[in-house]
Amino acid sequence: MSSVAMQIFNGISLGSVLLLVAMGLAITFGLMRVINMAHGDLIMIGAYVTYLMQVIFVQYIPEQFFDWYFILAIPAAFIIVAGIGMLLEFTVIRHLYGRPLDSLLATFGAGLILQQLIRTIFGAPNVGVQSPSFLQGSLEIFGLYLPFSRLFMIGLVIVCLGGLFIYLYRTRQGRRVRAVMQNREMATCVGISSRKVDSLTFAMGAGFAGVAGCTLTLIGPIGPTIGLNYIVDAFMVVVVGGVGALTGTVIGALGIGVFNTFFEYWTNASMGKVLIFALIIAFLQWRPSGLFSMKTRSLD
Amino acid sequence: MSYLYSKKTLVILGFVILLIMPFVLAPFNLNLLGRFLAYAILALGIGVLWGYAGILSLGHGIFFGFGAYAMAMYLTLQSGGIPDFMGWNGITELPWFWAIFSNPIVAIVLAIAVPMLFAGILGFFTFRNRITGVYFTILTQALVIVVTTLIISQQQYTGGTNGITGFDTIFGYSLNSVATQQMIYWTTVVFLGLVFLICYKLVNSRFGKVLIAIRDGENRTRFLGYNTSIYQVIVYSFSAGVAGLAGMLFVLQVGIITPSMMGIVPSIEMVLWVAIGGRGTLIGPVIGALLTNGASTWFSQTYPDAWLFFIGLVFVLVVVFMPKGIMGIISTIQARRRAKKYGKGRKEEAKLYNSSSI
Repeated sequence: MSSVAMQIFNGISLGSVLLLVAMGLAITFGLMRVINMAHGDLIMIGAYVTYLMQVIFVQYIPEQFFDWYFILAIPAAFIIVAGIGMLLEFTVIRHLYGRPLDSLLATFGAGLILQQLIRTIFGAPNVGVQSPSFLQGSLEIFGLYLPFSRLFMIGLVIVCLGGLFIYLYRTRQGRRVRAVMQNREMATCVGISSRKVDSLTFAMGAGFAGVAGCTLTLIGPIGPTIGLNYIVDAFMVVVVGGVGALTGTVIGALGIGVFNTFFEYWTNASMGKVLIFALIIAFLQWRPSGLFSMKTRSLD
Repeated sequence: MSYLYSKKTLVILGFVILLIMPFVLAPFNLNLLGRFLAYAILALGIGVLWGYAGILSLGHGIFFGFGAYAMAMYLTLQSGGIPDFMGWNGITELPWFWAIFSNPIVAIVLAIAVPMLFAGILGFFTFRNRITGVYFTILTQALVIVVTTLIISQQQYTGGTNGITGFDTIFGYSLNSVATQQMIYWTTVVFLGLVFLICYKLVNSRFGKVLIAIRDGENRTRFLGYNTSIYQVIVYSFSAGVAGLAGMLFVLQVGIITPSMMGIVPSIEMVLWVAIGGRGTLIGPVIGALLTNGASTWFSQTYPDAWLFFIGLVFVLVVVFMPKGIMGIISTIQARRRAKKYGKGRKEEAKLYNSSSI
């Protein structure tokens, strides 16, 4: 029983990382119909920002403040990666509206450049990031040992999700985003600058990727290709969840996270991947456009 | 004179040049060219699928890899006994799915049929539900991850990350001799020609016209009464079979196949060749595959660090600013020249002329 509960916890923690990664993807895809393959590399940069922050703290800041590096790294990763995302949107993606497949290829190329950039600066081998002391150890509940780092990740995702929800559904800017998502032409007709909405939303999606990268440093060492491990799974979340509603992304991420953990627990890591793929194909037989899709009467 | 410049003549000339290459090039370079030609066959398959039917598959590495593994299994079994890596993992008896590959005909047929069947099944379950466009592309990419992890984890049967290598003979002839390598090269050229011809017939047939219609407006084609998913399944399966064939020819000239040669990054690079050469054409993918791989070999030896920057930049620039690739540039130049010669009124006509499929 306790092992099943433990697996559920692991599944939720995996799902929460996936959710953090997929959130940005789902928004940009829903809004701009752009597939951002460089998202994985933005995650990687977020992880390296954390690493850099650690290096700065070790060298310049007195030792007793060391734990603060991680707290500072989260907003830093968000801002830096969001900036890179904005730059990416301005240089590459804005030329690719209405060409989703092309956007996939072009952003993959941009991702390669980012990867090589990091490799040139930090070297090809993986680097380790030391978890802050308050995230070491674990919490004991009913005989289960829940690592603080995982709990922290789940908490962080809930905070991000809440922030995104408030932004999208409770602010003027968020209303503009939803308007452009539903009908770009009508939104521009009533005076919304869709360029501005696109740019800001893309930057925000990238920022969440940066935060995701930050949390990945708690799981293990990081390298220039770390993003690739998560990006495809995150895309599957978008496919399963559908675009246009955050709820779909949340359910998709947690579902894939939990099922993945259980399949791997029952069989092994590789068979787990096969089973989850088969499950997704089977699921798409039932709901071809994902759990939640935007209702529309338009057809190309 | 105009006949001399026609694309058909140029294609035939190109094949003649490729056929006499063994008398010109040193064995090492010939081997390199042979590999690139195997890649060109693969690119043709992707070119038909993406350029004509508008289906972007990022999973062709898997089909290519299966063809390569099938040939590699046959070659390994030729040297007799069970493969080394099985011995290391304590397997003493050849499993049945290895044993069938000891027959060359079975191996060759399976190398093409299994990718076709596999693609057909996956295509059936996706296209049937109108899962197309980016959704399909993402699924093919997930497929790559699934299959490569499976191959790596089943080390006792597949050789794991090290893949399969160490072949000596094919049909009893030594693989290392210059004469055998020349024969393999010629086989590759002949198959390239055959695949080119089949693709040419395919895209210029009624079937091909429907594919183009699906690419340009899937729903409209459906409203005209065509069952678009059947067309998509068939062309996807065809393209996977071509990839399997290319994989077979590839492994004969490279002598090794590993999961990293069929992973996510190689699979996307395959698409890049088509993008660089020019989608919506058949010459484009061939030129793209030869040019990119040639440049890659030279560039990554001379400046290994700059290569990834360069290829990334090419990726972005080609896709964003020249979506029709090299062939697009050529036809623009031709259209301009014709316009100059015949006056502006002919410009549109020249464009139309150039859009004929080859």
